[in-house]
Formats: sequence, structure tokens, C-alpha cells
Amino acid sequence: MPTGRLAVWWLIASEIVIFGGVLGSYIMHRLGHPEWANQSVHTNTWAGAFNTFVLLTSSLSAVLAHNAASRGDGKRAAKLLWATIGGGAVFLVVKSFEWTNEIQHGYTITSNTFWSFYYTAAGLHGLHVIAGMIVMMFVAADAAKNKELQRVENAGLYWHFVDLVWIFLFPLLYIAK
Amino acid sequence: MSTAAHAEQDHAHGHAHHDEGFIKKYLWSTDHKMIAMQYLFTGMAMALIGGFTVYAFRMQLAFPGMSVPGYGRVTATDYNALVTTHGSVMIFWVAMPVLIAALGNYLIPLMIGCDDMVFPRLNRLSYQLFLISSIVLIASFYVPGGAFGGAWTSYPPLSAKAEYSLTGLGSSMWLLAVALEFAAFLLGGINFVTTVMNSRAPGMKMFDVPIVVWMIIIASILFMASVGPLIAGAVMLLFDQQIGTGFFDPAKGGDPVLWQHLFWFFGHPEVYVVLLPAMGIVAEIITVFSRKKLFAYKTVLYTAIGTGVLSFFVWAHHQFIAGIDPRMANVFSVTTLLISIPVAEMVFVYIGTLYGGSIRLTTPMLWALSFIAEFLLGGVTGIFLGASGSDIYFHDTYFVIAHFHYTFFPIAFIGSFAAITYWFPKMFGKMMNETWGKVHFWGTIISFNFIFIPLFFLGARGDHRRIYDYRHFPDLMKAGMQDMRILATLALLVLLAFQVVFLVNFFYSLFKGAKAPANPWEANTLEWQAPSPPPHGNFPQGLPNVYRGPYEYSHPDRQADWWPQTEPEPTKS
Repeated sequence: MPTGRLAVWWLIASEIVIFGGVLGSYIMHRLGHPEWANQSVHTNTWAGAFNTFVLLTSSLSAVLAHNAASRGDGKRAAKLLWATIGGGAVFLVVKSFEWTNEIQHGYTITSNTFWSFYYTAAGLHGLHVIAGMIVMMFVAADAAKNKELQRVENAGLYWHFVDLVWIFLFPLLYIAK
Repeated sequence: MSTAAHAEQDHAHGHAHHDEGFIKKYLWSTDHKMIAMQYLFTGMAMALIGGFTVYAFRMQLAFPGMSVPGYGRVTATDYNALVTTHGSVMIFWVAMPVLIAALGNYLIPLMIGCDDMVFPRLNRLSYQLFLISSIVLIASFYVPGGAFGGAWTSYPPLSAKAEYSLTGLGSSMWLLAVALEFAAFLLGGINFVTTVMNSRAPGMKMFDVPIVVWMIIIASILFMASVGPLIAGAVMLLFDQQIGTGFFDPAKGGDPVLWQHLFWFFGHPEVYVVLLPAMGIVAEIITVFSRKKLFAYKTVLYTAIGTGVLSFFVWAHHQFIAGIDPRMANVFSVTTLLISIPVAEMVFVYIGTLYGGSIRLTTPMLWALSFIAEFLLGGVTGIFLGASGSDIYFHDTYFVIAHFHYTFFPIAFIGSFAAITYWFPKMFGKMMNETWGKVHFWGTIISFNFIFIPLFFLGARGDHRRIYDYRHFPDLMKAGMQDMRILATLALLVLLAFQVVFLVNFFYSLFKGAKAPANPWEANTLEWQAPSPPPHGNFPQGLPNVYRGPYEYSHPDRQADWWPQTEPEPTKS
């Protein structure tokens, strides 16, 4: 396996256990506190669902970028990567509206442990979204000049991971009532 | 650090072709050997801090209330900070950087026959993060309230609330330092694993990789797989400390035992993260100095992997008295006792390797042999603590302290001394003085046992580990108990004094030692085929080809009793 891709896989492996720690702790608490359902009804499931859709779509454009890069079409790969970055940006904007709304209604990180987990887990995930976007900006800038095209796939791998984490977060934090 | 840098400068003379500035060469280098040296010397400097803190608080325990020479009176708050710093520094800033980062960086590219790590700049970043983490930790001594005093395990609620620990800022800086350190080792680990998977010399198959490299790789994977929950926990604890969430606060719906689970899910594999590289070092040394093939290469490898896997299922033996379900305690007793089987098997393999060998009792060999003996004591006493019944009595006594020092001291110090004395000729191109090496060895080993054997007895008599002044506890001041504490402290002073012998020998040999040949120990592995010290790029005559495994000593068909991995098969006539 190419060195870069191998390293991204190992990075993802170590990230999985980080999120595993947060989510494992959350699930254990959640099982012990059925009353948290009264808190989670105040999350905005529709916004969460929309964001899930946005992230999945951005993963699609990451795959298409990889496809273009493997054909040697760096320009198209760069454009598609920028579409992915745009998806990440929409995700963050929706998220910030959601959080603003929730904080205005008095559900802050210190309100109770459900909200602590809600903000911590989603915040940690949000940081990964931002990191992925920054990485893709560099990769896209290179790819537009047909340089380092193998990095398109590596950035995409990481983005799929970020996407996958959200697939776990969404039902656990929003849907489970 | 600067002395090290000067020493390196001497060596670099023959290689004028990379004439870089001082900063580029010593502080901003991407050469794996230079980064290894940075880790090694930072680790050694941190060991001085770890040693000084233990000196101060052991003096307080033996002679309560006295003004400790060089420190002054140890207050109760100081005592907590000293104990915490000793534990954290010795594990995170000495054992990890020296055994994994320094030796991994130094040995992996040389032993698998490539010119550098696959991600040299990532490697540099890893060291820089580590350096920042050390600085943050040291700086925490000087903030209001002083350094964190909640023990290296940092259990909430003590660690979560400033009104309990009295070190609001110190606690958070400790967490930050630990988190940065983890980030550094994650980067390093990814680099190590990728390098070994992709950059082995032509001809080097999986089972031709020296055991120490395998061990460092297994340890890196263990680290990567176990540290995540603690990173998550550290974020949660930081939020508890700084913005008032209640992850670990029962009053807010949290659970303090959760931290213990997250911590020990990492903390117990961590024992094996540092143990395995030390075991690997011992394997290299005993094969070379008993001139025999490693008794069972694949057994060592499989037991190491088995130990690694099992180490994920033992963590709750730290929570036997934290209110976990007794049925859980049964399960974890069994897994904990199980893990002694693969570790014992490794020890048997090493003894099997020694059997019938022609043993050369050099300084590194003495360290390797003493590792087996002392670690055995640590392992055997662990049985008492792994069994939940006896642990209820022994928990948090000096028995525990003595037990894990009998494991960690062999790992962190005996292992490191073995490695440093063995690879010193390669690292610096000079031979270390054998006589003073042996003086240091005997002084250290004898005094080490005099420190911790009394602590076993103290623990068996119920001596609790987190007490600042035993005069307040008449039960713990019964006949002879204080005498044993004084004995342990005096032995510690002797041990610390003998480390001066090591430091003097180290730096004297570095500057004035006899010049080392490329292969002074007549060893097989690839690093000994490179010049001592290896130049930038490691193998000036071209990267080596590998023809056989690393432990072909005393082969019956050969005159010489070693057979380098790079030597081509003799052509059949």
C-alpha cells in the first residue's frame, strides 16, 4: 500500500478509538439515565438530518474527485474537492445556527450531562470537519496544478471517516429519544 | 542538551557534505538519529526531575518535617505535587521517550536497513510537540497554586475541582502537557508502523525483522489503539475543570468511576507499551552476548502479540475497590492472571536462549540479565494484586508501590541502561568504560532492591500509599515501620548517588572514550553494518540486502560465531 494511504489508515485507526471513548462513555451514561430522553427532544432532528444529507453528498464529491484524480484530471479533482469543502462549510453553518438556537433556549454545555456530551462530541467532530476542510484546501490547490494527485484519495479517506463519525453521532444524539 | 549537541558536532566532521547551520542541524533536523538523540537527552533531563522529586518526598517520609537539603521543608501541598510529578514524569517523560521514541527512532531505520523514517518532517514535529509538552509540565510548577497534586492517575473529583485539588491552573496544565505528549507519540507511532511496513531492506521478510523492532511496533500499535479513550477523557476532564461540566461529577449526573475506566483502558496497555520494547532490547542483548540463536523467535513474537491483545481486557483490576460489580471483578481477575502466561513464556524463552550459550558478561548483558530477574519479582507480586480477593487488602498500600516499581524500574531504567550501554558505540562512535559501567550496575541493582523490598513488607503491614506524615497514624508507626521507611530512603540516596557514576561515565566516554569499531559486539543485525556513528543516510556504501534472520550466532557450518544478516550465502562449489 502506498505510504501516504497507509499512514492515513493508521491515523483513522487512532481517531476511531478517540471517538470510541466519547461515544462509549455517552452510551453507558445514556443507558443509566433514561431521563435524558427529556433533554434530547430539544435537539433539532430536522437540522441534523439535513446536515447528514449534506455530509453524505460531500463524501460523494470526494469520491468523484478521487475518480478524476486517478484519471489524471487534476483540475476536475480540485473543483470537486472544493465542492466537498463547500459541503463542510454548509454543515458548519447549519450547526452554528442550531447551537445558537439551543444556547438561546438555555441548553448550554453545563446545563446537564446530556448537553455536555452533546456539545463535546459534536464539537470534537466539528473540529475534525474543520481540519479536513483545511487539508482539502491544500490538496485542492496542488491538484489544480496536477501535483500530488495521490493526496486526493488520502484526503478523501479522511473525509469519509469524518462523515462516518457523524453517521454515529446523529442517531445517538438526535434520534434516540 | 547542549553537551549532546557538542558531542554530535565532533562526529559530524567526516561528513562535510551536509554542512548545515547549528539550528538546522540540532534543533530543526529531520534525521531520525538526531531526533532520537533529542528524545534521549530530553528524557534523561526529565529523569533528573523525576529523581529529584522522589528524593524530596522520600526524605519527608523518612524524616518527617525536616528541611530537605536542596529543597527545603516539604509542605503537604508540595508533597502531593512531588508525588504526582514523579509518577507522571517517570512514565510519560522518561520511559516513553527513551524506550519508544528515542530507541524506536534510532533503531528502526538502521535495523530494517533504510535511510530514514518515511515521514521525516512528521518525525520532527513529533519531537517538537514532545518538547512543548515537557515545557508546559515544568512551567506548571511556577503557576499560582503550584503543580498538579492529584496523583499521576488524576482521579476525579480530586482532579476535577480546584477547590479540592487547590491547583486549578496546575491541573489543567498537567492535562494539556499529557495531551500534547500523546499527540507527539501518536505521530511517532504512525511513522514507526508505516516505516516498518513499507521500507524494509530488500530481502528482509517478516521473520527477519529483529525482535526489538517488532516489539516497538506492537507497542506503538497498542498505544494508538488504547490512548483514544483517555484523550476523550482528558477533554472531558478539562471541561469539568475549566467550564464546569459534570462528566465526572455525580451531583450533575456524571460518574467519577468513568474516568478510572477511561484512564486505565489506556493505563494498563501502557504498561505493556513500555514493557515490550524493553523485552525486545533484552532479546537483542542476550542473543549477542550468549552467542546463541534466540530460542524461539516466533514464540516471542506471538506471545508479544498475545500480551498486547490481552492487555485490553485487564484494566478493571484497578477498580476492584471502586465499587464495580463483584462479578466484573471475577472476570478481570481471570484476565489479569491470564496475562502473566505470555509474559512468563517470554521470560522462559530468554532463559532457554541463555542455556548452553557462551555467555559474555559485559555491562549491557548484566543489565539484560538483571532485567529478567527483577522483572520476574514484579510480575510475581502482581499476582496478589490481580486476584481481587487479596487486592482488597493490598489496594493502595506500599505493596502496590513496590510491585509496580519492580516492573517499571526494570522497564524504564534497567531496559534503558541496557540499551544505552549496548548501542552507545553505534550512537556516538565511542566505547563506554566497562569498569565504571559495572560499578554503576552493581550500585544501582543492590540499592534498588534495598529500596523496594522494605516497601513490600510495609505494604503487607497496611502502610497506605498516600500519607504525607505517618506520625499522625499511630497504627502505621508500630515497631520497625519507620525504620523500614528510613532504610528505603537511605537506599534511594545510594541509588541516586550511583547515577552520578553513570552520567560521568556517559559524558566522559562521549568525549574521551576509545574509538568504537563498526561492530564491536560482533552482532548480526543491520545497524552494526553501518559505520559508528552512522552518517546522514545511514549506509554510505548503499542500502543493505538481507539474506537471513537476525540471530544466526554460532552456526555449526561456520568458523566465525556470528553471521551478519547482510552477508550473501556462500556460493556452493
